[in-house]
Amino acid sequence: MELSERDLGLVAALADGLELVERPFLALGRTLGLDEAEVVARIEALIGAGIIRRFGVIVRHHELGYRANAMAVWDIPDDEVGERGRALAASPEVTLCYRRPRRPPDWPYNLFCMVHGRDRAEVEAVIAGLSARHGLVRFGHAVLFSTRRFKQTGARYGRHDAQAAE
Amino acid sequence: MGGTHQDIDPLDRRLLNEFQQNFPLVARPYAALAERLGTTEAEVLARLDRLGRAGAVSRVGAVVRPHAAGASTLAAMAVPADRLGTVANLVSAYPEVNHNYQREHRLNLWFVVAAPSEGAVRAVLADIAERTGLDVLDLPLLEPYHIDLGFELKWN
Repeated sequence: MELSERDLGLVAALADGLELVERPFLALGRTLGLDEAEVVARIEALIGAGIIRRFGVIVRHHELGYRANAMAVWDIPDDEVGERGRALAASPEVTLCYRRPRRPPDWPYNLFCMVHGRDRAEVEAVIAGLSARHGLVRFGHAVLFSTRRFKQTGARYGRHDAQAAE
Repeated sequence: MGGTHQDIDPLDRRLLNEFQQNFPLVARPYAALAERLGTTEAEVLARLDRLGRAGAVSRVGAVVRPHAAGASTLAAMAVPADRLGTVANLVSAYPEVNHNYQREHRLNLWFVVAAPSEGAVRAVLADIAERTGLDVLDLPLLEPYHIDLGFELKWN
């Protein structure tokens, strides 16, 4: 599905978030030159086409007490990585799971998962469990905990400082 | 960072957990939420506003498939410890950078660059490399495996 200019505008506006007003789709339509029903119909179409993966309340883990996050990475042979990645992605503890290129010699890993938890021990236990359950122990592996968040945008109506020290 | 999550009551929890997907696409969606929660539209709006100000809610909106409306990549740098703050601030200052984290690894600075085109993404990476004199690893998404269903928050 090719996105029209109008859909691109809609997608950008939705990435910023709906206004907190009684009729947010009407408000959004005014900025885009669409009526309320058209806005809703286009959102439904974009969800149906898979352009919008999820529509709803987007929470921020850190502020809700999920203070630890790690990127778990593995070096999986190319002919296995799809199967392994799909299995990992189906685990509820995994929030993101992607294949990315290796960059030897600096970076030998091709499978990336994000895991969030309340603290480091919880995240470590989850990753160890994933490795064991999915038979990943024999592959090259690293866990990169986040130690400081310098920037995280997406807070469109919050007023907190995204660069606050952790 | 104060204890945002300590101030969250049972109704907030439901608001945070039950509408991460299947948000009602109707003229008055917050009234539909209110009906599900047994409260009023005004109360839902007030709570979402408060949760937004507290930083618990980023927004009510869309998560868009990567590259549906532009290009992006994950980038990594090995920054000497005594330069980390300076380089991190230089990176964060680009409007195209939307996440920027220090991580425990020789590659200690990780950030996401999103821009309207592949060319614009590569230009940001090249500019950062030139201004810092450091290599920037470009790790674009090749294949996504997960389906984003939101994140179930648990309270003890």
